Amino acid sequence: MNTPVIGVLALQGDVREHLIALAAADAVARPVRRPEELAEVDGLVIPGGESTTISKLAALFGMLEPLRERVRAGLPVYGTCAGLIMLADKILDPRSGQETIGGIEMIVRRNAFGRQNESFEATVEVAGVGPVEGVFIRAPWVESVGAETEVLAEHGGHIVAVRQGNALATSFHPELTGDHRMHALFVDMVRAAS
Amino acid sequence: MSTTPSSTPQSDSPAIGTARVKRGMAEQLKGGVIMDVVNAEQAKIAEDAGAVAVMALERVPADIRKDGGVARMSDPNMIEEIIGAVSIPVMAKSRIGHFVEAQVLQSLGVDYIDESEVLTPADEVNHSDKFAFTTPFVCGATNLGEALRRIAEGAAMIRSKGEAGTGNVVEAVRHLRQIKNEIAKLRGFDNNELYAAAKELRAPYELVKEVSELGKLPVVLFSAGGVATPADAALMRQLGAEGVFVGSGIFKSGDPAKRAAAIVKATTFFDDPKIIADASRNLGEAMVGINCDTLPETERYANRGW
Repeated sequence: MNTPVIGVLALQGDVREHLIALAAADAVARPVRRPEELAEVDGLVIPGGESTTISKLAALFGMLEPLRERVRAGLPVYGTCAGLIMLADKILDPRSGQETIGGIEMIVRRNAFGRQNESFEATVEVAGVGPVEGVFIRAPWVESVGAETEVLAEHGGHIVAVRQGNALATSFHPELTGDHRMHALFVDMVRAAS
Repeated sequence: MSTTPSSTPQSDSPAIGTARVKRGMAEQLKGGVIMDVVNAEQAKIAEDAGAVAVMALERVPADIRKDGGVARMSDPNMIEEIIGAVSIPVMAKSRIGHFVEAQVLQSLGVDYIDESEVLTPADEVNHSDKFAFTTPFVCGATNLGEALRRIAEGAAMIRSKGEAGTGNVVEAVRHLRQIKNEIAKLRGFDNNELYAAAKELRAPYELVKEVSELGKLPVVLFSAGGVATPADAALMRQLGAEGVFVGSGIFKSGDPAKRAAAIVKATTFFDDPKIIADASRNLGEAMVGINCDTLPETERYANRGW
């Protein structure tokens, strides 16, 4: 497979920026809102947005179980910010009824870096990629990871990028920078998985 | 794509309040509904319904209209209660040009400031200098020139003004169509024409050129003013709004929790009439609404701002 088809979960969030970044990283990118659309992709990005909203909409429109099934079966996934929260096996401080897809053995803390006034940009050293411009917006961090989870980056002593098998997640938003190396890494993961 | 050039030097020290962080925050709200709430209880209802953010204010626009008088920034206690009650972002309104109200809102830790025509303007010439703040601003616009003037002052997000507190979507449609039509027109201009276009729009040439190249605003564009039903929200999205503010339409209706959830569904599946139909069933009474053509000019909020 030369050109993988990668979906972006389009319930809410910065979907457009991910579609552009994936296309720039040589994938065919398309929005995914329905189970039948999910069935047609080789990989999936879960964008930044409001994790409570994305979780609610996924449950409401019957996407949560299909997402869990496909991720359990090895579908390559990449989550940024709210997407990282959706891929966590456990949220430290969930809103009542807030569900995740899971897939990465980690515990995350939502809005851990603070409110919007504390949102920031900083250079982050990502293992295997190099220094990237990290845009952190009301960003979560990873409190702790399981034995199988690889830590790819830290900022200020907190874990901000992880990988476990075919699942990748970052607290920050590479889709907002025009630097497509994180998306290229994910496209390579999708190619390798198929 | 509308990536913002970083003003940050490449270093390990974090930079706050950059254009990318401010505009990027609005990118995260896309596809979502931002709801007006007047207390913590309403804020929780909004969050449970799937709102991406809430706008904390003392009176919804429909009540501001009814009560008359001067409408100002809300009580800090009330804003802090709402911040404490929900985990989604909290926005609050300052009067146009009242940069001290904006300073107060920033100190309270609100996530976005709406420099809003719904409140009584404090300055009839100048808007606030929004670059002076770490907290990002959203501003209303009725046309492209107005949107670009606000962006030139530092706004990180634009919304249509519509006619708030009327439950009538007609003005929001007018403003959004106007902005989209003017962008489409710029798209066809060559470089020679952009200087005159900038003059006509009364907007900085650099921004006019950027819009001409991007085919969209360099910041996120939402709709606001008069959305009362799921179909209204979907209409605004089909017309090109990237998300929707709902003011009086939810908590002035018969069953706010149900209507709020329905508007969220219709905003996500704005192009699926079956889902919009299902979302529209048995919602109880919508807010009563006001016909905008019977509103005297002096009571039109959209005329505020310059």
